[in-house]
Amino acid sequence: MTPSPVEESVLFGRLSLNALPLHEPILVVTFAAVVLGGVAVLGALTYFRLWGYLWREWLTSIDHKKIGIMYVILGLVMLLRGFADALMMRLQQAMAFGGSEGYLPPHHYDQIFTAHGVIMIFFVAMPLVTGFMNYLVPLQIGARDVAFPFLNNFSFWMTASGAALVMASLFVGEFAATGWLAYPPLSGIAYSPGVGVDYYIWALQIAGVGTLLSGVNLIVTIVKMRAPGMSMMRMPVFTWTALCSNVLIVASFPVLTAALALLSLDRYVGTAFFTNDFGGSAMMYVNLIWIWGHPEVYILILPAFGIFSEVVATFCGKRLFGYASMVYATVVITILSYLVWLHHFFTMGSGASVNSFFGITTMIISIPTGAKIFNWLFTMYRGRIKFELPMLWTVSFMVTFVIGGMTGVLLAVPPADFVLHNSLFLIAHFHNVIIGGVLFGLFAGIAYWFPKVTGFRLDPFWGKVSFWSWTIGFYMAFMPVYVLGLMGVTRRMSKFDDPSLQIWFVIAALGAVLIAVGIGSFLLQIVVSFIKRETLKDVTGDPWNGRTLEWSTSSPPPDYNFAFTPVVHDLDAWHDMKKRGYVRPAGGFLPIHMPKNTWAGIVLAGISTVCGFALIWHIWWLAGASFLALVVTAITHTFNYDRDFHIPAATVTETEAERSRYLAAGV
Amino acid sequence: MAGTHAENAHGAHGHDDHGHGQSGAGHATLGGYLTGFFLSIILTAIPFWIVMGDVFRSTSTAAVVLLVFAAVQIVVHMVYFLHMNSKSEGGWNMLAMIFTAVLVVITLAGSFWVMHHLNTNMMPGGAHDMQNMEGMRPAETPEPR
Repeated sequence: MTPSPVEESVLFGRLSLNALPLHEPILVVTFAAVVLGGVAVLGALTYFRLWGYLWREWLTSIDHKKIGIMYVILGLVMLLRGFADALMMRLQQAMAFGGSEGYLPPHHYDQIFTAHGVIMIFFVAMPLVTGFMNYLVPLQIGARDVAFPFLNNFSFWMTASGAALVMASLFVGEFAATGWLAYPPLSGIAYSPGVGVDYYIWALQIAGVGTLLSGVNLIVTIVKMRAPGMSMMRMPVFTWTALCSNVLIVASFPVLTAALALLSLDRYVGTAFFTNDFGGSAMMYVNLIWIWGHPEVYILILPAFGIFSEVVATFCGKRLFGYASMVYATVVITILSYLVWLHHFFTMGSGASVNSFFGITTMIISIPTGAKIFNWLFTMYRGRIKFELPMLWTVSFMVTFVIGGMTGVLLAVPPADFVLHNSLFLIAHFHNVIIGGVLFGLFAGIAYWFPKVTGFRLDPFWGKVSFWSWTIGFYMAFMPVYVLGLMGVTRRMSKFDDPSLQIWFVIAALGAVLIAVGIGSFLLQIVVSFIKRETLKDVTGDPWNGRTLEWSTSSPPPDYNFAFTPVVHDLDAWHDMKKRGYVRPAGGFLPIHMPKNTWAGIVLAGISTVCGFALIWHIWWLAGASFLALVVTAITHTFNYDRDFHIPAATVTETEAERSRYLAAGV
Repeated sequence: MAGTHAENAHGAHGHDDHGHGQSGAGHATLGGYLTGFFLSIILTAIPFWIVMGDVFRSTSTAAVVLLVFAAVQIVVHMVYFLHMNSKSEGGWNMLAMIFTAVLVVITLAGSFWVMHHLNTNMMPGGAHDMQNMEGMRPAETPEPR
């Protein structure tokens, strides 16, 4: 169903009441639920008089810890949306056999798989990973905040603004129906005349600004703000992976921005970069988007590798095996990730020499990755392994990721790829590495650092329920998809003819239900832990006998992180300090110079959302006005010189004394 | 701006520079600026002369020579105006620069290589079609199995 060309009015552009999808009962019900839920939340905020608190303590905060938490919350909320899409697809594919159309019309189904991919990568995995880096990097390197605290707040809100646009597309207009990378010519104006692709473009462009700036911010933080004595080779592995990941962000996201900008020129002003006519080449878009796209998967997985490294060392009570090789493997992966992009389009017709080159470089990446797996295994070897929740996720990751890695090497063989490309085998492979790698890593990280962030541990029972549901659910959901892929079933199909395939889709759908149980128990785990927070309280600040500097602070850490900047003498600085009998300073505190909160980030991002919405709907006056407002607000903000304050020495003394009392009571 | 702001907020705590030894950009001198200025004028004038005087018979040769001059121009700007050397910021500037150069070369060379292949093999109406796809040429007469 292609929307017929819409009359454009001067005042509302393409936007009219027809844009509301009142003919889609699923969307109407969802919309009603969202409105009711939204009204309830807003009402509760007003009733409990929380607006001022939210605005002062969170929305305008430039504290890297709070921004990190907001990133993680954004990622988890969007996970629910992206997973709802996944469940709908699994249900549709399990139903649509033997002449049944399923319950989703094809045009709606196409939007769902596109939204699922876009949301899961850009608005679940990216915010979660960025949130972890934001929260942990300054703590791990002994700094009080990131290098550019205001920029950090602005980056977060730009990411949230992109997420808001994607969510708006659910109820106002439609989303792209092109697949998550919006290949032209399908995404060109000739074949996608509606607003879907425009939502896609502007959501990613606005969120991309945030991602790029946060990449710059974290690189500068890591390079310039490490505590004295922390040389590069004494940095915690997570910080190393964060550095490499952000280098990848800064080097690759401009390519995405450029590719999307060219696509929008094609759509808005009639250029012919990627069109079929007038000398355009759609293949150039595929080439450009994967020059960004391949590094992107390493942007996600490297920090997860860092999390596993921290978890393994802590829960085996040993220094990480082969720290230097871990660092070199990370750096090698960083560089190699730029040399493999063509393996995403082996079948586009490059010929044998090009395909062989990129096939071989792809296989080479498995060497440093394999080295990492062995490092973790050797760390566990003869360690005192404590199978707490983070360690369970790590072990499950190692098994699952190795399977995903091996199917990856299989796909890297060009002749095999000619059989498997665009099949469900590929879908199973990348879900295998992204769920088994990135997501398991994030869950391990959440379980590991939760006490640091909130001051109380997570309830292990519901965590284990969640862990087992996720692990078994993952295998149940995706092993059948591998089988189907080997049998030649292609991706993105909304219905099937061969009834013998149905049983595999039903098993996969049941697996997805099990994963839903996993997500449910994870949320329940947080609620239960909050209720039992007094018994689960972490008074020491170091509940796992940690090794890196963040565990030397209280849980949650004070606003200023460290009353005195720590001095680092060894890798695993906090472990080294404990071994040498470190005593917390009890006095002699100085006033601490800190940045002030600012309204500018959320306001600028809000105006960007309006601007993006206006561009999507061709409301030109609003686009112009909001762009002007954006520039004026940004310039106005530069005249705000009242940006810093001192935490008085008395306050620091009081905070530190309270911690001393806590520690004494805890012992 | 945010940068100055962070400097204020954190400079006093001594996070910066420890363990880096060298810091800051290289020193600017009048002589350096003048050398850079004249070099860039010369490097701009020569390409103009190449184009306007039709020095090379083939335009593609001229284009390649122009690109080489452009690359040298970039280096001159880096060294004389941005004070790039191996010591500024403790070597980080040079490292970042080399990394960027490597990635730009990979991206450009790779894209040219890939797109050349795709153009030759896949574009309709080109000099070749699928039959001539390198390494995939079917045998003239299929052999019976």
